[in-house]
Amino acid sequence: MSVAQSESAAPSRSRVAASVRRNARTAWLFLAPMLVVLALVAAWPLLRTIFFSLTNATLVDTSSYDFVGLENYLVRDEGQWYGLLADPEWWSALGNTLTFTAVTVFFETVFGVLIALVLNARFRFRGLVRAAVLVPWAIPTVVSAKMWAWLLHDQFGMVNDLLLRLGLIAAPIAWLADPNLSLWSVAAVDVWKTTPFVALLVLAGLQMLPQDCYEAARVDGVHPVRVFFQVTLPLIRPALVVAVIFRLLDAMRVFDVVYVMTGNAQATQTLSVMARQQLVDFQDVGYGSAVSTLLFVAIGLLTVLYLMALRPDLGGKRR
Amino acid sequence: MRRALKSFGFWLLVALILLYLLFPFYYAIITSLKSGSAIFSVDYWPTSFDPANYVRVFTEQSFARNILNSVVIATAVVALSLSLGLTASFALGRIRFRGRATLLLAILAVSMFPQVAVLSGLFELIRVLGLFNNPLGLILSYLIFTLPFTVWVLTAFMRDLPVEIEEAAIMDGASPWVRLTQVFLPLLAPAMVTTGLLAFIVAWNEFLFALTFTLSNEQRTVPVAIALITGASEFEVPWGNIMAASIIVTLPLIALVLVFQRRLVAGLTAGAVKG
Repeated sequence: MSVAQSESAAPSRSRVAASVRRNARTAWLFLAPMLVVLALVAAWPLLRTIFFSLTNATLVDTSSYDFVGLENYLVRDEGQWYGLLADPEWWSALGNTLTFTAVTVFFETVFGVLIALVLNARFRFRGLVRAAVLVPWAIPTVVSAKMWAWLLHDQFGMVNDLLLRLGLIAAPIAWLADPNLSLWSVAAVDVWKTTPFVALLVLAGLQMLPQDCYEAARVDGVHPVRVFFQVTLPLIRPALVVAVIFRLLDAMRVFDVVYVMTGNAQATQTLSVMARQQLVDFQDVGYGSAVSTLLFVAIGLLTVLYLMALRPDLGGKRR
Repeated sequence: MRRALKSFGFWLLVALILLYLLFPFYYAIITSLKSGSAIFSVDYWPTSFDPANYVRVFTEQSFARNILNSVVIATAVVALSLSLGLTASFALGRIRFRGRATLLLAILAVSMFPQVAVLSGLFELIRVLGLFNNPLGLILSYLIFTLPFTVWVLTAFMRDLPVEIEEAAIMDGASPWVRLTQVFLPLLAPAMVTTGLLAFIVAWNEFLFALTFTLSNEQRTVPVAIALITGASEFEVPWGNIMAASIIVTLPLIALVLVFQRRLVAGLTAGAVKG
């Protein structure tokens, strides 16, 4: 705002400022309904989950339990270690979760950037192609999991049929039943479903880029691949970092696609699937809550790192 | 010649992307229109147009009821998130007060929660409130994902509106409520459409809570109903029915995407890039 403008508007400005100050109390009044709901559905259940992880509560009756300290996490009894941290199933679920996260986020980023670059070019039907890209992201994960489970069916699936016809495989492959393959199959389905999300975020970053760098590069006759790595990539880094972090946090807590495609099978079980199995199928609220709590702590640490790294615009100061 | 080759390569890439993203739908449609043992032969082109699977989805199970549940739940979630989010974003976007930044941070943190982290606590809460196997329980629990991003996106839009907009109303002594409903509400309509759509999609697609907090066929939402479609025995998975049901619930979403694609993209990127 210019000095002249603020001088002429001084009396009204100060009245506005006073009104804004007075309204600080109104702010909390306006926030109250939202805060009450979030406290009820987020904060309270989270605290209860952490509390349950220190008890031996069962699902049949969550109101009667004994406090067992850290026994769900780790305890030594008669020379043997028990609890989550001594449970090979938990370590396997952790390994699956980390593998799944690394694989999916890597491929989603690569494919996402590729698709974004294509969509950033001007061509006919671009709007329609962009809509098509949105579709896998918009449908329920259950639907994408079922469609792919059918495509990957070991006996009647199209994928095996195609590979057999092309002579690439000699016998049908059990994509979802073979423990060495199933995690990769599930990861591939997740890549199919969430690449659009990365692509659209990167596309938004691409469309905010200044055009003059490209003009300069074109005039100088720089090879497009070099332009991408030396001009585009550094410029879209902020958008890319945000997309990758969102995907990381999302992949760490994956449940739907794994559960629908392979159920509770050990070879693909992730931490979220294990937590629900303990909680609902085995009715062991204490142990299941311990699994959930550790996952929450891991994701919480990642979130803190994210906030420290990016310092999102909280006060509107960048405006 | 080189230019023609380049353009051919580009269109090939576009075609490959479309094939990759859309083929599963195409194959699901082909499968859903087959019946009997024809389903078990792999065909790359449509071979029959038998709507039997679509009829069976509605007659053999409570799929119509499941769709109704999903529509009611998603609509209620949108209405609640928008009204709670609107008042909250007015405070967060237009009023300076102590603790605002911390509060925004806390709300952002909630959107990062893994769903299972609240599962046992929510289960207990829903049972205490008597909302187990009840759509109200799902409506309440879905606010945990829809409310944080509704508040964030609306706050971002609200903050970007110039102060002059409000000035006249403040000079006239209009109360905050009047300012919110008379001045900001009309201006925020586009942002509300965007966030409402995103909230609708999230609620329509949710699976874990719906699976855990409902018990009977009649109370299930569409994703759970599809996930639990089973045949006479576990070896007779009715793939035709599953594909038909999948196509039925996907069509409204495709319509939404086609009509509102610009808004959806704007909402997705406002939530992330602005953050």
